[in-house]
Amino acid sequence: MSIWRYANPAEFMRVSGAALPWVAGGAIAAMALGLIWSLLFTPADYQQGQTVKILFIHVPAAIQAINGYLVMVVASLIGLIRRHHVSFLVAKAAAPIGAGFTLLGLFTGAVWGEPMWGTWWVWDARLTSFLILFFFYLGYMALWAAIDDPEKAADLSAVLCLIGGVFAMLSRYAVQFWATLHQGTSISLSGNQKLTDEFFYPLMVMLIAFLLTFVALLLLRVRTEIRLRRARAIRLANSEG
Amino acid sequence: MIEALDMGKYAANIWAAYGCFALIVGGLTIASLRASARAKRELKDLEARQGRARRKAVSDPS
Repeated sequence: MSIWRYANPAEFMRVSGAALPWVAGGAIAAMALGLIWSLLFTPADYQQGQTVKILFIHVPAAIQAINGYLVMVVASLIGLIRRHHVSFLVAKAAAPIGAGFTLLGLFTGAVWGEPMWGTWWVWDARLTSFLILFFFYLGYMALWAAIDDPEKAADLSAVLCLIGGVFAMLSRYAVQFWATLHQGTSISLSGNQKLTDEFFYPLMVMLIAFLLTFVALLLLRVRTEIRLRRARAIRLANSEG
Repeated sequence: MIEALDMGKYAANIWAAYGCFALIVGGLTIASLRASARAKRELKDLEARQGRARRKAVSDPS
């Protein structure tokens, strides 16, 4: 069975309708567990003190902000190449969620940086590329909203999204390319993690919680976009008939 | 429990971060749910109107 069948709005609505309650339930459960664990049951770090608790929000928000943009890039690319409208709607629906997580990453980074670095903000490569990523999110949403014709809006905003993808990748890998005030990666898929278990496990729970929250909100918003598109088609048909 | 919630001298920074999290994630969730309910209602109304118009056209072709 081809993956492209999900590009059919009816098929997407059927599958996402069945998946959404499970994903949303998982997100709520993981978020509740992660918040209680990270706030109440993790010790103060020997260097950072209690401010380490900010990182249980900051790290998942920042990772999901970048991953959210990469979801938009892939969806936009598929939309441009294969002309699947659901792909454009996935990118459109992901933007406000990603922008929210980016803002959260910026804010939590600032309130953590003030006591730890002695400054709310520095213009280093990681922070600057992350701020530019936030502006791309805003620009993408503004472009969709500014163009009345949805086909044209989808195409132009997809192109803008692809350009912004450079900053998403830059933001992801800036700490490896340049010497930045922002520290390097503490966790990785290869298992080369620099955290002790008492911080690592609650952080993993929060990463899963943010991922599930992103997916749940994305499914909900794509379903809304599909319904709005259908409503628009009916209104158009009525006005022509 | 109360001791666990004592965040020391940087409590304002920590609670501001968690407050911002609640505001953004809660705000996104509420906004998404409201938009979903609105779209569902709008589509249902339009489909009902379209169905009535079709039935009327079938029963009264003139």
